[in-house]
Amino acid sequence: MADKEVSRRDFIKVTTTIVGGLIGAALGLPAIAYLLDPAFKAGAKEGWVPVGKIADMQIGVPHPFSFTRVQVNGWERTSNTRGGLALLRSADSNDILVLNSRCTHLSCTVNWKEETQAYVCPCHDARFTKEGAVVSGPPPRPLDRYAEFHITDAGVLEIFYQES
Amino acid sequence: MWNTIYGWLDERIGFNDLYKSILDRAEPKGNWWNTLGSATLFLFVVQAVTGIFLTAYYTPSPDHAYDSITYIMNGVAFGWLIRGIHHWGATVMVVLVFVHMLRVFVTASFKYPRELTWLIGVGLLLLTLGMGFTGYLLPWNQRSYWATIVGTQIAGTVPFIGSFVLRALRGGPDLSALTLQRFFSAHIWMLPVALGGLIGIHLYLVIRHGESHWPRRDD
Repeated sequence: MADKEVSRRDFIKVTTTIVGGLIGAALGLPAIAYLLDPAFKAGAKEGWVPVGKIADMQIGVPHPFSFTRVQVNGWERTSNTRGGLALLRSADSNDILVLNSRCTHLSCTVNWKEETQAYVCPCHDARFTKEGAVVSGPPPRPLDRYAEFHITDAGVLEIFYQES
Repeated sequence: MWNTIYGWLDERIGFNDLYKSILDRAEPKGNWWNTLGSATLFLFVVQAVTGIFLTAYYTPSPDHAYDSITYIMNGVAFGWLIRGIHHWGATVMVVLVFVHMLRVFVTASFKYPRELTWLIGVGLLLLTLGMGFTGYLLPWNQRSYWATIVGTQIAGTVPFIGSFVLRALRGGPDLSALTLQRFFSAHIWMLPVALGGLIGIHLYLVIRHGESHWPRRDD
């Protein structure tokens, strides 16, 4: 036992390191969680959003709409405007294509241009067909679709919105 | 590998000399009262670190200050811990600075050649109180608002220049967004930088002169 005796100096060194490490971990780990906390928070809730009356839509002409989603971020309410385009394809009011008007390149909003019969993105001049396929420009994929929608008894088109 | 890196750095930085002069220096036989300066230094570091973390959420604007602190306390993981440490650390730091000063006074450690250490210590005391005063306003609740009204009003009673001092502290005649912003600026930049600089000199002097021994019967 005697030859294994720990010197006072070594004992202090070891205890200081251990206690310091414990304090560092007890403060450091919560500090990391504290900084990264907002990244773990869930985004805006999904839900049905009314976007327009079927009666207002013309067959074959894209009908632009926009809606606002409100999300509480920290101590502030942040409202984001989202947009879309509803295209009534035929007299059957369920034959609707609902596109997200956010360009798949860098999220600018595309607009329907009657003269060129295309959705044009103002940022990088991308063009999409009426069905949302890429004609020209940098977008990597067709316009996103709101696949889930229904028409209420009052004739209002509602889409199912999910934060992507 | 590690030894090579360490050796390369040591040859240029001189860890050994640093270690000897800073941590391994000769000390008179002391007791727990001799640890108060180190304890204060530790708290300063804790306050600096937790304070930096608090600025990740705190907003120094009358519209958002209170809400942002409510959010830190209730909305952020461990926000209560970070702010709690900063809050209580501030109180304990003021107490420790005072007790440290009392110890130095009672053991007459301020005498030659350590007068400058003492004088700089007075500066550190004032700066610490300044940190307490400016930090108190930042939560922007009723207590901090009225405490700052009173505190600045007291500064305003100085003869001749009082009303100017009051306006300089508040950034105008009233307690306003300007007051909050300048207190924030003082709290996170001006005072801490001054504190850090003086702490450096204070420590250098402590290391240069060594600690005074406990007074003997015939001292």
